[in-house]
Amino acid sequence: MLFFAIIAVVVVLAPGSGVVAERFFSPQHLWQSLVGSEGEPSVLGAFLLNVKIFMVSEVFILILALIIAVVRGIPGPVFFPFRLVAVAYTDLFRGVPLILVLYMIGFGVPGLGLGFVSYLPDVTYGVISLVLVYSAYVAEVYRAGIESVHESQNAAARSLGLTRWQSLRFVVLPQAIRRVIPPLLNDFIGLQKDTALVSVLGSIEAARAAQIYSASQFNYASYVVAALLFVLITIPLARFTDRLIARDKRRREAGGLA
Amino acid sequence: MSEQPALLLEGVHKSFGENEVLKGIDLRVEPHEVVCLIGASGSGKSTLLRCVNLVEQIDSGRVVVAGEEITAEGVDANRIRRRIGIVYQSFNLFPHMTVLRNITLAPREALGTDRAEAEKDARALLERFGLLDKQEEYPDRLSGGQQQRVAIVRALAMRPHLMLLDEVTSALDPELVAEVLAVIKELAREGMTMLIATHEMGFARDIADRICFLEAGRILEQGKPDRIFTAPEHPRTRQFLARIIEAGRL
Repeated sequence: MLFFAIIAVVVVLAPGSGVVAERFFSPQHLWQSLVGSEGEPSVLGAFLLNVKIFMVSEVFILILALIIAVVRGIPGPVFFPFRLVAVAYTDLFRGVPLILVLYMIGFGVPGLGLGFVSYLPDVTYGVISLVLVYSAYVAEVYRAGIESVHESQNAAARSLGLTRWQSLRFVVLPQAIRRVIPPLLNDFIGLQKDTALVSVLGSIEAARAAQIYSASQFNYASYVVAALLFVLITIPLARFTDRLIARDKRRREAGGLA
Repeated sequence: MSEQPALLLEGVHKSFGENEVLKGIDLRVEPHEVVCLIGASGSGKSTLLRCVNLVEQIDSGRVVVAGEEITAEGVDANRIRRRIGIVYQSFNLFPHMTVLRNITLAPREALGTDRAEAEKDARALLERFGLLDKQEEYPDRLSGGQQQRVAIVRALAMRPHLMLLDEVTSALDPELVAEVLAVIKELAREGMTMLIATHEMGFARDIADRICFLEAGRILEQGKPDRIFTAPEHPRTRQFLARIIEAGRL
């Protein structure tokens, strides 16, 4: 709180505060950029694209990352090549900056001339890039979760005659995923923000719409609007996760029907 | 020819790296027999049980369950484990599942029993061991004794031919030991074949048809409980029992 108070005081007392107030916080420009006008796209409308990109990517990331994490954990020499691929994947896509992946996928794949694969909408290449990069991170989160489940749980399941896969599916993964919900959410907040980078491929999402507005109106209020929209959607996500965690805890402690 | 043994171990060896834990175990358990393994910690009791359940692979020798050599090449370990129940010291219930789901998981997924039937069986077992009111509870709401009884019921739900119990009371508070031992006695009375590793000498003497004394990976001595406890032949057995008596555990 004190931190925000100091920032506020600095901003208000700074010599240029009047100019900043006009350029960033003018109520008229805030509103106009939010809803859009004839010349400029609405930041709010464009933000819906961010939400869409986020929602679609999220589903694919959850699935792909889980596959990578599980493959990485399969024991036995026969599966060594699969494990190697999984490790190489995570190393590669965690290492390369997202914006470079976007350029390579967004401009590279269309250049390959691979039939319809090369003629997808820009947004699709954006989603593919996000999925590739974030799956590498999320796979590591899953893996940490899987490793946090004590080996005795797996031993108990296998002793009952369940197969390795059944043990993973019914005993290990449910416990692992429950434990990693908070770090998963953390990655998804990052994802939500990084949807803005898809604009480098030409898609008009919130950040790009804000840029268009500021370029034609010489006013930065559109950026403030875009920023607020990102914050607004993050907060419900955070509260939602808190509730999931609390519910799970309550259910286990209360026992029974919840 | 006597009846086919429920369990037969011949020359079983098991090492962990340099450490040879089982140095040639020969053991025969008849159907409906209750055999208790006693001996100091590290004598190989738990490893022996884990080898029978194929959690550990033996290095040499063979293990035969009801006529089938389960340590032979190419035997499906999952199929064998479904016929052999094992209960561990640390319960290992699944914390994210209700008691009922803990018990029905393996029958449903490994045996393909349909849900209604699996739950009916599970409730019948829970009722028999006085746990029916706990069926919707999650494990961490139960006492240690209740959790261990649920773990036993979970193993029984697979209708095993043989039960292996590995120090099942060692993690319990003393006042909770009796309820678990009562369940095991009930099983013995019904004729369940059991191989039990235990430190509860009074219990072993009471329940076992035969006692095996393990020391450093070998069965040094075995026989009727009365004989083992009153007239042990081997000096190591005498020494072990003397220490137990000294500790007030017999």
